[in-house]
Amino acid sequence: MSEQNKRRFEHVIRERWCKGCNICVAFCPKQVLELKNGKVFAARPESCIGCKLCELRCPDFAIEIHEVIEGKAEGRDAAHLDFSVSPEAEHD
Amino acid sequence: MSDSLKYFRQNRLPHIWCPGCGHGTITGAIIRAIAKLKLDKNRIVVVSGIGCSSRAPGYLDFDTLHTTHGRALAFATGIKLSRPDLKVIVMTGDGDATAIGGNHFIHAARRNIDITTIVMNNAIYGMTSGQYSPMTPVGMLGTTAPYGTVERPFDLAKMAIASGASYVARATSYHVQLLEEVIEKALLNKGFSVVEAVSQCPTYFGRKNKIGSAVDMLNMFKEHAVNVKAAAVMAPEKLEGKFLIGELHNQSAPEFTEEYQKLIEGVRRKFDNFQGGVRECAQNSD
Repeated sequence: MSEQNKRRFEHVIRERWCKGCNICVAFCPKQVLELKNGKVFAARPESCIGCKLCELRCPDFAIEIHEVIEGKAEGRDAAHLDFSVSPEAEHD
Repeated sequence: MSDSLKYFRQNRLPHIWCPGCGHGTITGAIIRAIAKLKLDKNRIVVVSGIGCSSRAPGYLDFDTLHTTHGRALAFATGIKLSRPDLKVIVMTGDGDATAIGGNHFIHAARRNIDITTIVMNNAIYGMTSGQYSPMTPVGMLGTTAPYGTVERPFDLAKMAIASGASYVARATSYHVQLLEEVIEKALLNKGFSVVEAVSQCPTYFGRKNKIGSAVDMLNMFKEHAVNVKAAAVMAPEKLEGKFLIGELHNQSAPEFTEEYQKLIEGVRRKFDNFQGGVRECAQNSD
C-alpha cells in the first residue's frame, strides 16, 4: 500500500482508567504503544495497523482505536467523555 | 468499545480489580458480545455471587443483582422462572461456581434452564488473599497450600457436559476474539450455557507461583491452550499438560422454563371446564 492511501488510526486513551499493566504494550504486534509514568501512550501511532488487540485485551477499557477518515471530523475524544452525568439516569 | 460504553456505569469506573487482572478483559468481551447482538439493556439481568469476578455487575448498566456466596445460580433460576422473557446472565468465579455453589451449578445444568453462565476461572480465591480453590491445578501454591496443593482440580467443562448443559465452551483472556465468539453463541443458545473464561490473577496466583507479571501469565495461556479443533488431530502425548479451548459441547435439549410453561398450560387446559365445587368435573374433562 502506498504512503498516500495508508490507513491512519488515532488512539483514544482514558488515562484516568489506565492502570499501566503493560498488557497492551507487550501484545502490540507493531510496538506502537509505550508506558510513560505508569500510563500508556501511543509512541508510534503512524505504524498502527488497526488490529485492535490492545483495545480487546485492555482490562481497564482504557484504550480505543479509531480510524481517521480524511475530510471527516475527528472522532470522539477521551476529553469529551462527561463523567459528571450518571449513566444510570439515561435509560431509554 | 465506544458503542459498548453505554452498557457501563461509567461513573463507577475505573474498576477495583488489580492492574493486569483478566476479569476486566472478560467483562469487556461480554459487553462487546452483547453490543454486537444489539440486546436491549433493560431486558438483561446480570447476577453474581461473591468474589473478585462477582464485582463485575457493579460496573454494568443492566438490572444487576449481587447475591450471597455461591448462590448466584439459585437467584438466577428464580428470576428466570418468574420472568422467562428476560435474558439472565450469571457472572461467577471458580470458587463461587465450583466450591460454594457447586451443587447449584450441577443442578442448573441438569435442568437446562436458559441462563448464560460465565465462570471467570483464575484458579484461586483472589479476594481473600489467595487460598487454593477446587480449580487450582495440582502442585500449585496458594496461601493455604504453602507446599503446593495435592487435590485434583475439577474439569468444569466436563462437569457441565456430564450434568446436562447444552452449550459448553472455554476460552482464556489471551484468546479474546474466541472468548467474544463463544460468549455470543452462549447468549444465543436456548438452554444452560457455560463459558469457562480462564483468567489471570497476577497479584496472588502469579506472585505465589513465581510466574511473573500479567503478560507472563497471558503467555502461559498462549503456550498451554490448544484449540479443540487442533487437538482432534494431535497425538495424545502432545496434549499432556495442555487444556482445550473452543466450543466443547453444543447440543440442544428441552429447556426448563419452556417445559414448565407447557406443564402449566396443560394443567390449565385440564381444568378449563372446571366450574368449582364438584371435583369429578376436573378429572373427567380429558
